[in-house]
Amino acid sequence: MSASIDSLVSKEYQYGFVTDVEADTIPPGLSEDVIRLISQKKNEPEFMLNWRLKAFRRWETMREPHWPNVHYNTIDYQKASYYSAPKSVKPKQSLDEVDPELLRTYEKLGIPLNEQKLLAGVAVDAIFDSVSVGTTMRAQLAEHGIVFCSLGEAIHSHPELVEKYLGSVVPYSDNFFAALNSAVFSDGSFVYVPKGVRCPMELSTYFRINSADTGQFERTLVVADEGSYVSYLEGCTAPKRSTNQLHAAVVELVALKGATVKYSTVQNWYAGDENGKGGIYNFVTKRGKAFENAKISWTQVETGSAITWKYPSVILQGDNSVGEFYSVAVVNNYQQADTGTKMLHLGKNTRSNIVSKGISAGHGNNSYRGRVYVAPKATGARNYTQCDSMLVGNKCGAHTFPYIEVKNNTAQVEHEASTSKIGEDQIFYLKQRGLSAEQAVSMIVSGFCKEVFKELPMEFALEAQQLLGITLEGSVG
Amino acid sequence: MLDIHGLKANVGDKEILKGIDLTVRAGEVHAVMGPNGSGKSTLAQVLAGNPAYEVTAGTVQYDGRDLLDMQPEERAQAGIFLAFQYPVEIPGVSNAYFFRAAYNEIRKARGEEEVDPLEFADIMEQRLKLVEMDPAMLNRSVNAGFSGGEKKRNEILQMAVLEPKLAILDETDSGLDIDALRIVADGVNALKRPDNATIVVTHYQRLLNYIVPDYVHVLAHGRIVKSGSKALALELEEKGYDWITGGTPAGASA
Repeated sequence: MSASIDSLVSKEYQYGFVTDVEADTIPPGLSEDVIRLISQKKNEPEFMLNWRLKAFRRWETMREPHWPNVHYNTIDYQKASYYSAPKSVKPKQSLDEVDPELLRTYEKLGIPLNEQKLLAGVAVDAIFDSVSVGTTMRAQLAEHGIVFCSLGEAIHSHPELVEKYLGSVVPYSDNFFAALNSAVFSDGSFVYVPKGVRCPMELSTYFRINSADTGQFERTLVVADEGSYVSYLEGCTAPKRSTNQLHAAVVELVALKGATVKYSTVQNWYAGDENGKGGIYNFVTKRGKAFENAKISWTQVETGSAITWKYPSVILQGDNSVGEFYSVAVVNNYQQADTGTKMLHLGKNTRSNIVSKGISAGHGNNSYRGRVYVAPKATGARNYTQCDSMLVGNKCGAHTFPYIEVKNNTAQVEHEASTSKIGEDQIFYLKQRGLSAEQAVSMIVSGFCKEVFKELPMEFALEAQQLLGITLEGSVG
Repeated sequence: MLDIHGLKANVGDKEILKGIDLTVRAGEVHAVMGPNGSGKSTLAQVLAGNPAYEVTAGTVQYDGRDLLDMQPEERAQAGIFLAFQYPVEIPGVSNAYFFRAAYNEIRKARGEEEVDPLEFADIMEQRLKLVEMDPAMLNRSVNAGFSGGEKKRNEILQMAVLEPKLAILDETDSGLDIDALRIVADGVNALKRPDNATIVVTHYQRLLNYIVPDYVHVLAHGRIVKSGSKALALELEEKGYDWITGGTPAGASA
């Protein structure tokens, strides 16, 4: 009489199309020569090449980490290609010069780059495979002295800032994937907000993987100078392919004295099909460093990728600095996520707040992994962690791995965790009021995630909510 | 409006309803009474389409449609409303949002325009008065942290907003103090119209002092064993359920 769990038809991933553009792709494989080639293609200064080479040599001595609670076949790093750029993209091109095929791609994704159709109040840097194809609203931002461009461009236009801050939060030696990224990263976004400036609009990067067998290794660097404020959002999609693709990004945030950086992610990489074939391996290192009285806030909505491995973290370096992490991670079908945060309290009276909402459906496996560290000198540090899991159906899993290390006895650290199951009774109740099963699940899940959604910029909160509904469609009847 | 014939239903392997016949016409109020475990709530849940209950035999016609062939949400959209005995909590979803979503789904099903939050606020304002509820409860999560009485009133508020054709109140009186009972009953009475009908499922007679039924049915062991007028409820109150269900209370042998 009533549709049972799992029997509803799943909605197709709507961003799974491929754009046909001629690309300049270097042959698969990784060696010093490949690194030199990438650096040369980007016409980089000496310091960048040296940094890449150091990272590569370090990477060669490292081993892929296997401590996360995820399972996949060994990756052959020599089989991937490490650089792919649409041939039509010229350096520093204006938006009028962008290949119409690429503009159409972003339009299809709901990200118009065309000046007449720009999203109000949002500046966008569009990254296609390995390169930035265009950045909008630059002139308006420049009036405030704000630099928002591709990292490749910043290396030429602001080498002193790049040299000073690149790797200052995530050193190339940090971990296996960060080392790999440092060696081969092709592009990414760069933001600099000058002293005391409040960035008047949302800055946003839209990442798109298009080529097959290409890894995507972008790198984002956000520097907020003293007393400034910036809110930044990234979105990600990729075509549907039956093979797995590697995405190993690095994001570094620097919040100088009294600055605030708010970084929001809506991640919707292709997650693989309902049998777990294909999908993106999303192995990402994100970290911010907050100086005195500064604040860094991470908000993430993770709905895509076959595997997600990511722990946006905050080094609470300065006294009175604040770190926040708000996360919704959803896994359906055979998706796996091992995600969480690290809050490293180094300064006095530092505060951190962690709210993690994990939703598992289908055969999905969701792990929260978090570390709260209070250093001996971090007098008066406070942390509050809330970690809630919701299960949809009987074949999924939710796990919590909190690591708490406190070396100062004035610290206050709280951890709360809960696990709940979407009840048939909740769904029936909502259906009895005229809502469909999908609407019911979407409403229950949105309620569960409310504390995180309210942290997202308004225009993206709605998108995130819809995305959640789509990801979970077909998981309950 | 509603025609039930030979309705049988199971929970798991256990047969709870063993052949129910009941006809409800527009404008009528029916009371379904019975001891615990007689199948009263099961009947209410089956009519609303709860998948936890399996219908094994019988037919149910509602407004000329085969009710048993309809999904729970289709039944709701067609005007069937169940006031739950145990209203369910939906944390993080505001009452206002939930009410409007439900209201709009039902309007859509009727081919009417959806209403925006402002229009809906006006509708809510009048309805809140009907059940004497504080508007502040609209901003609270659906039933979360509500007292038993608040949950029941919230059910009647939903009923007032959704204006069902056939309302089924499942033990709405249980757990209510006398004031709350009066408020709930007044609400139900105010919503009574010649073109809608109400089935009141209850264990006790006292609710029927406030909501006066046209018919009273006594359910026992999954069957309607006696039907009558309001007087039957009073007689039950006096003599107890054993009078009808065949138990043998002290001194009742005749």
